[in-house]
Amino acid sequence: MRSETALVLRKLAEDRLALVGLLIVLALLACAVFAPWLATFPEAVTEFNPAHRLRPPDSVYLLGTDRLGADIYSRLLFGARITIAIALVAVGVAVAVGVPLGLIAGIHDGVASNLIMRLADIFLAVPQIVLAIAIAQTLGPSLPNVILALSATFWPWFTRLVYAETRSVRNETFIEATVALGASPARVVCLHVLPNIVSPIIVRITLGLGFTILTAAALGFLGLGAPPPTPEWGRTIAESREYLPDAWWYAAAPGLAIFLVVVGFNMLGDGLRDVLDPRTRRAGRPRD
Amino acid sequence: MDNGKGGRLKQASALWHGPGLATFALRRLVWSVATVAGVVAVTFLISHVIPADPAALVAGERATREQIEALRHQLGFDRPLLTQLADYYLRLAQGDLGKSLFTSRPISADLLSRLPATIELTLAAMILTVGLGVPIGVLSALRRNTWLDHLVRLVTVSGLAIASFWLAIILQLTFAMDLGWLPLGSRLPSGVAPPPTVTGLYLIDSLLTGDFATFGTAAAHLALPTVTLAFPAMATIVRFTRAGMLDTLNKPFVQYERAMGLPESLVVWKYMLRNALTSTVTQIGLVAGALLGGAVVIEAVFDWPGLGYYAVNSIIMSDYNAVLGFTVWVAIIYIVINIVVDVLHRLIDPRGTG
Repeated sequence: MRSETALVLRKLAEDRLALVGLLIVLALLACAVFAPWLATFPEAVTEFNPAHRLRPPDSVYLLGTDRLGADIYSRLLFGARITIAIALVAVGVAVAVGVPLGLIAGIHDGVASNLIMRLADIFLAVPQIVLAIAIAQTLGPSLPNVILALSATFWPWFTRLVYAETRSVRNETFIEATVALGASPARVVCLHVLPNIVSPIIVRITLGLGFTILTAAALGFLGLGAPPPTPEWGRTIAESREYLPDAWWYAAAPGLAIFLVVVGFNMLGDGLRDVLDPRTRRAGRPRD
Repeated sequence: MDNGKGGRLKQASALWHGPGLATFALRRLVWSVATVAGVVAVTFLISHVIPADPAALVAGERATREQIEALRHQLGFDRPLLTQLADYYLRLAQGDLGKSLFTSRPISADLLSRLPATIELTLAAMILTVGLGVPIGVLSALRRNTWLDHLVRLVTVSGLAIASFWLAIILQLTFAMDLGWLPLGSRLPSGVAPPPTVTGLYLIDSLLTGDFATFGTAAAHLALPTVTLAFPAMATIVRFTRAGMLDTLNKPFVQYERAMGLPESLVVWKYMLRNALTSTVTQIGLVAGALLGGAVVIEAVFDWPGLGYYAVNSIIMSDYNAVLGFTVWVAIIYIVINIVVDVLHRLIDPRGTG
């Protein structure tokens, strides 16, 4: 297993785009963790500073200031924490719910299996953002509610993926042999099925993180995220609209931040797919 | 479905008249009704169970306890949940989605009046997506690893990573505010009367009535929202078309057709593309969903008076009924599109197993 991991890492290191993606993701993590030290005005992120409002970028305010006079560069750094938290928790919950359900549905035949997959179909019958909007709106604008709305709409993607993968592994001879040896279903699933389908799950998680960041930003933009003065990126862009076209930096900076981070996750995900999941191509051709 | 090895005519006739497609479509239809019922149940339960007190929310902060109780009774929120759900189904079957909690207007009528704007926008975006995305994907595959291919890849990577509402704002900033070439938003300027309603799509209606001035104005208003909405979707289509073309590039049948001396353009744009398109068509169903979802946010940015704009306004006013009605409509539209895509897929690739 260890040599396998080393092999994956070595192959990944040869893919320049994937490496750039990895660097961007690591940089985002560093920004989130070290925000108080990297920020030029760590204490002024949510303070009202009317004398300095809507300043264009200069050597003091690297990316300018917002409507309250807060430093946008510092706010972006603290916003990275929110972005990372939303993406990791939302995708984490979706995996924790979606993967076991996919395994259960994939390994059994019967009512429960059918029920799970039909429920997944129902959630997939509405574009994710529409359902997420409906749920987030019902729950009320707050950070945990946005995370809940995103997880509640993202789990079926994992269920469907794991279901399909489990079905194709289930009929392999080595699974049959394990069952014949008297292994319990739980043992078969955890020790024999799961390790064989973990690659596509990892790829989907990586790409899903980028996708979730985009959706979360859209929810924030619509006013469904954490309430102000949280330095959430999507909400910051919404706030900036009143001050356009003069305060262009106000809208440009957070949008670029979102773009960079999502590009990072996508490039890393594409690279991982090439290395881990050779059956599918970079362009994501679905398996027939 | 087995079409044997018959000629194309026989194949096509088997498709249309054989039991395969009809059974398939019927089965899909039954499942679709069940799925819509499921969507209603899920969104209904979410919107009626989670809020601590929807009636209090509707009544507002200054309402007395008696007023809230009266409103709760009036809205039917005091009945058992399953009764409310059954009632909702019953009325949905008649096309009734209830009334807006704030304007008291019937939601179906509200949605219907905004549907043409959304259809016009998503249709234009779909045409742009496929019309540009497929040729770009083909060219990119034919000239793989040239500067063109790399440029296309850069653009598609951006398309899948850019926040559409941000792209919308940047385009507004550049083309509307800065250069002044295109309007900021809405379907027509406030002074201009919309063309007489035939289809509800301003572009088509203005052409039908020969009103070319209005056509130009409407087209200018449509340009920025369409480009914004189409950009991410186009990235997906380009990627899948490119991959599909690369897959067929060295297939024996392509070599055979080349060896037969068929013109290269015919080989590429007819035979290879047809093969490559099967995976693209599947994607079009997903893209339609992405366009519908994307329209919600983009309509809000461009003040485009469609379904999404209505939904966002309903969100701001916490109008549960309207948001629920919108979700049900989107589910139905999305499912219908997917059935159409599945049927199309079978027509292009009769081997398909669904």
